[in-house]
Amino acid sequence: MRNNPRKKSRLRSYFSHHLRTALASLGRLYAQPAATLMTAAVIAIALALPVGLYIALDNVAKLSSDWDGSTQISLFLHTHVKNSDAQKLMNQLQTHKQIKKIDFISKEQGLKQFRETSGFGDALKYLDSNPLPIVLVVHPKITGNKADATTLLVKELGKNKLVELAQLDVQWVKRLYTLLEIANRSIWVVSTMLAIAVLLIIGNTIRLDIQNRREEIEVSKLIGASDAFIRRPFLYTGLWYGVIGGLLATIVTLVSLALVENPIHKLALLYSSDFRLHGLGFVKTLLLILISCSLGLIGSWIAVSRHLKEIEPS
Amino acid sequence: MIHFDNICKRYPSGYDALNRINLRLHKGQMAFLTGHSGAGKSTLLKLIAMIERPTRGQIFLDGVNLNNISNRKIPYIRRNIGIIFQNHHLLYDRPVFDNVAMPLIIQGYRRQEIRKRVRAALNQVGLLSKEKSDPITLSGGEQQRVGIARAIIHKPLLLLADEPTGNLDPELSLEIMQLFARFNQVGTTVLIASHDLDLIKHTGFPSISLQDGQVAHNGLPFTVSNN
Ligand SMILES: Nc1ncnc2c1ncn2[C@@H]1O[C@H](COP(=O)(O)OP(=O)(O)OP(=O)(O)O)[C@@H](O)[C@H]1O
Ligand SMILES: [Mg+2]
Repeated sequence: MRNNPRKKSRLRSYFSHHLRTALASLGRLYAQPAATLMTAAVIAIALALPVGLYIALDNVAKLSSDWDGSTQISLFLHTHVKNSDAQKLMNQLQTHKQIKKIDFISKEQGLKQFRETSGFGDALKYLDSNPLPIVLVVHPKITGNKADATTLLVKELGKNKLVELAQLDVQWVKRLYTLLEIANRSIWVVSTMLAIAVLLIIGNTIRLDIQNRREEIEVSKLIGASDAFIRRPFLYTGLWYGVIGGLLATIVTLVSLALVENPIHKLALLYSSDFRLHGLGFVKTLLLILISCSLGLIGSWIAVSRHLKEIEPS
Repeated sequence: MIHFDNICKRYPSGYDALNRINLRLHKGQMAFLTGHSGAGKSTLLKLIAMIERPTRGQIFLDGVNLNNISNRKIPYIRRNIGIIFQNHHLLYDRPVFDNVAMPLIIQGYRRQEIRKRVRAALNQVGLLSKEKSDPITLSGGEQQRVGIARAIIHKPLLLLADEPTGNLDPELSLEIMQLFARFNQVGTTVLIASHDLDLIKHTGFPSISLQDGQVAHNGLPFTVSNN
């Protein structure tokens, strides 16, 4: 019915149209910097919050896995057990699959340590005999975060006849894992809610944009613009909000990390640990921006599909 | 070109704006649509432009039954039509050039082609010097002519105009009618709704007069139907 421009040049013109639409959408945002920045800032904060929580949790998890290496089981032997029997037990346990290393603390060494660290040194002088038992400090082999395996080992060792008490020194590690698990799930819940909030923010912004450009939409429909053509600038606007929001969120995260990094490192040094704060890393930063872009696109898509239909020429 | 077959239009309010309209406007013809206020002139044009759908009957546009066109396909029908309104519907956030270029941008024309055609269209309506102006700075007649340039830029087969001279002085009105006549001379089918009986008489084109939603008088010359 119509004499249309030729196919090849149409394809080229299609891409150049996309490019121009994208730039025009960006130009519109740039023309209202305050409003744009405000919306983008809200998006950025909503994104940076779960990201911050994630980084904190990630670091605690890394830190606790360091501590996991120092998990040890103290075997308090019965007081009547002699050094030679204890030595035999130690040799026997050293072949155990789950045990990495065993330290032998004799009664005398124990007393000496106690004297040095407890401050009751003088009181000990008045004791006739050494009341302390021989202690075997077992360092278990630990693969991954398997706190349960360690617990089983403690039980097994506790059953030995020579052992009066087997005690896991860092039982709180297990509790920590549980807490971390809870925190992990909470972060997902919070992230989901904030993602929905971002969708709503972008959707609402685009809805207002559509209302402001009502006249233009009507005229475009009258002169034969396809739905895709009319949708396009709004989808690009949503995408740009995602891009700007994502970049801002990255900046907010980096600045926050920089602010706490030094104090944390100092604190770690006080505990003679060389622990350093781990940031998001390149891949996860890209992922953050990608998620932000997707949210922008989805949010604007929702607004567009709901509100563009309402505008018809009359 | 346009064929109305027993068309009825009842608005959701229950009002029958058009009642059993039968009409045939052939390719290349130019005609006026007259009638009292509320007679149904705008409604008839809206049915052709698919802004409204008929309640009953069929409309054929260049042989295509509009009842078979889904909402998604409406844009492609409209690309064959140029529509001119009384309140010209210009966009005030962009210069004259961009307003006129809209139909070509929508259809994905290339930039050089767009520039060439916009200049030609503005030249035809005598506004080439105003291409960079904001529409708001133009007079009523000039704005109307920008609207006409936008309606003809994509060389539509059919030109529909609803009260295009509604608020213009007689001289300018005549000028605009002559403009339509020129488009008609190069083959465009033209249908214009208007109150202005004097003007219509002056131009000498046939008119169809509506009354209470029905054809009261059909002044179109009888031609052998070739549809
Ligand atoms: N959207 C609508 N809903 C309900 N009734 C409508 C609608 N549009 C028009 N009408 C009614 O249909 C009748 C015909 O309207 P139309 O606009 O076609 O008249 P017209 O001939 O163009 O009049 P005018 O010369 O005043 O523009 C009028 O009585 C009007 O009230
Ligand atoms: Mg009318």
